[in-house]
Amino acid sequence: MSDLQHATSPSGTRPPTGDDEARALVERLAEPCTGRRGALLPLLHAIQHEVGWIPDSLVPFVAHALNLSRAEIHGVITFYPDFRRRPAGRHVVKLCRAEACQARGGAAIEAAAADRFGVAMGETRPDGQVTLEPIYCLGLCATGPNALVDGKPVSRVDAARLERIAAEIAA
Amino acid sequence: MTRVFVSCDMASVALGADELADALAVAGAEVVRTGSRGLFRIEPLVEVETGGGRIAYGPVAADEVAAVLDGTHPNCLGDLAALPFFAHQQRFTFARVGITDPLSLSDYVSHGGWAGLQRTRAMSPQQVVDAVKASGLRGRGGAGFPTGIKWQTVLDTPSAEKFIVCNADEGDSGTFADRMLLEGDPYCLIEGMAIAAHAVGGTHGYIYVRSEYPFAIRTLREAIFRSAHLIAPFTLEVREGAGAYVCGEETALLDSIEGKRGQVRAKPPLPAIQGLFGRPTVINNVLSLAAVPFILAEGPERYSEVGFGRSRGTMPVQLAGNVKNGGLFEIGFGITLGELVEKIGGGTESGRPVRAVQVGGPLGAYFPPSMFDLPFDYEAFAQKGGLIGHGGVTVFDDSVDMLAMARFAMEFCAVESCGKCTPCRIGSTRGVETIDRIRAGGRRGDAVEVLPQMRNARAAARGVDQEIALLRDLCEVMKYGSLCALGGFTPYPVLSALEFFPEDFGAEVPDAAARR
Ligand SMILES: Cc1cc2nc3c(=O)[nH]c(=O)nc-3n(C[C@H](O)[C@H](O)[C@H](O)COP(=O)(O)O)c2cc1C
Ligand code: SF4
Ligand code: FES
Repeated sequence: MSDLQHATSPSGTRPPTGDDEARALVERLAEPCTGRRGALLPLLHAIQHEVGWIPDSLVPFVAHALNLSRAEIHGVITFYPDFRRRPAGRHVVKLCRAEACQARGGAAIEAAAADRFGVAMGETRPDGQVTLEPIYCLGLCATGPNALVDGKPVSRVDAARLERIAAEIAA
Repeated sequence: MTRVFVSCDMASVALGADELADALAVAGAEVVRTGSRGLFRIEPLVEVETGGGRIAYGPVAADEVAAVLDGTHPNCLGDLAALPFFAHQQRFTFARVGITDPLSLSDYVSHGGWAGLQRTRAMSPQQVVDAVKASGLRGRGGAGFPTGIKWQTVLDTPSAEKFIVCNADEGDSGTFADRMLLEGDPYCLIEGMAIAAHAVGGTHGYIYVRSEYPFAIRTLREAIFRSAHLIAPFTLEVREGAGAYVCGEETALLDSIEGKRGQVRAKPPLPAIQGLFGRPTVINNVLSLAAVPFILAEGPERYSEVGFGRSRGTMPVQLAGNVKNGGLFEIGFGITLGELVEKIGGGTESGRPVRAVQVGGPLGAYFPPSMFDLPFDYEAFAQKGGLIGHGGVTVFDDSVDMLAMARFAMEFCAVESCGKCTPCRIGSTRGVETIDRIRAGGRRGDAVEVLPQMRNARAAARGVDQEIALLRDLCEVMKYGSLCALGGFTPYPVLSALEFFPEDFGAEVPDAAARR
């Protein structure tokens, strides 16, 4: 798959190339999970944490490590919004779309962010610099609109804060 | 060296608490990180230890710390406990949050920690369950089911292995009490779970935390590590969610822990009898479990003596959205919605009139100010076609478009549906479309429908009233035809918006033609 070669995750790690590397990676990450019941989600989180996303090429090795079918793994990866089957941009901005943020002008900020960052909600900019994603509540509902910028929470997002975020993601 | 206290709560950090704490440290203060006091208007907040107690300043920017340390900062609030927002609270569950260092075991002990667990250990399991029953505690996750009765079922079901599961998925918009407790007083939850384990014979526990709460996950993992010896032989682990709202539904949550897609299970069997990995399982919300140490330490009567009707004890109410004094307000049941929004909350932050209040998260009803005399009580809200859910109160001012909010409720249901049943999976999308047609002033037959071959298709146009009737009908189907409350309760926000704010739906009629 071509995106295997070019992809870099936000943390800059490279996905494994070739079966041997893929197997070794999955086995290493699965090791602390063995003997744990319901190990699939923790393992998928571990993979995504390390690689930045979950390449399809790893699925057979995950299936083997946990003695599950590939279909089950595919079903789980595609069910949960957190798991990515494509690399994200170098920066990930998640904007809260839920009610309490809407009550504080969230919809306008959503539109302004898409405009300012040059990327539609749910997409990665073609230059791979930023991914803009919806999130449904961060539990910061009294001080919205809220965002998570590369994992860092930002409250009271307004035009000035958007500018600061834009500067951060330009880097 | 001056000792100062700054919150490390995610909400405080989002407002600049880390920068403030760093600046204070650079200025030579000894900085202790605590949970949040729960009033976000005054954050980032710093409290300075003095001979006469803590003196608070807030909000304080990082470049203003010198003025705090020499006592000249204009935003001096004095003793926070004296502020009306705090003086009016009854903090049973949140007594320590904002005051202690969340991970300090010695802070926990010196503020009454483990007293409930110690008493529990001198009691028989049945006595513990009886105490929880006597407290009148009902599930704080939404459904309000009596916690003691749930525990009784698990106690009465023999099994070599039983689980205690904490539901920390807190997906409801407008709620953050679970998060504040997990970050601000994790040992309180751990103690509650250890008490539950003693009561029902639990062997291992899981805390399922949504991935949107990275701070809570980190704090909790560390707290479990540090307190493992105090709860042994009971053991605990954290499981991280993966962004699915429906995993807050208890059976979907169990499937998710088991490593599956988070789909809702049909009940029976009840989780209390056949839950996680087929074993008897206590599954409770964070706030339900965190209320238990108080009940055991102070006695169930102390808890049940506050409250209203069949809603006993306190509710950590979360004031959210466009509200001046947004934050966490723990109070006995029975306070009216109006008191919460106007008196405690201080009205909207924008200064405009309140138009609507959504109580209970995305599945809760929208209420107009004319219903502000409604007491905070499970039954009173149910009677009015609403729910108190997890205690979130989201305030909107008069700029809100209620049709848009109704549409969002359907859209959210479509995004988050687990897909198991048709009324929810398909109905929600049809709901969005129907609301869009209401917005557009009704619909004409489309190009295909008016073809002569389409004998059974409706060729006539539909007006707004007919579309609204269709929407009501759809809501009926979702309400009664859905397996869980996601599909079943999404009609609450939709129908309440229709009922209390009809002008946002019908007022489009006269100029609908002009819009097209
Ligand atoms: C769609 C949906 C989402 C839910 N989300 C949560 C949640 O985030 N947290 C929670 O405690 N309960 C949630 N619940 C309620 C749980 O199913 C369950 O009633 C609760 O965990 C039981 O604990 P309690 O008795 O202590 O409230 C949700 C229910 C539904 C239908
Ligand atoms: S109502 Fe929706 S979320 Fe609940 S079981 Fe049915 S499809 Fe799943
Ligand atoms: S609604 Fe946006 S943080 Fe809760």
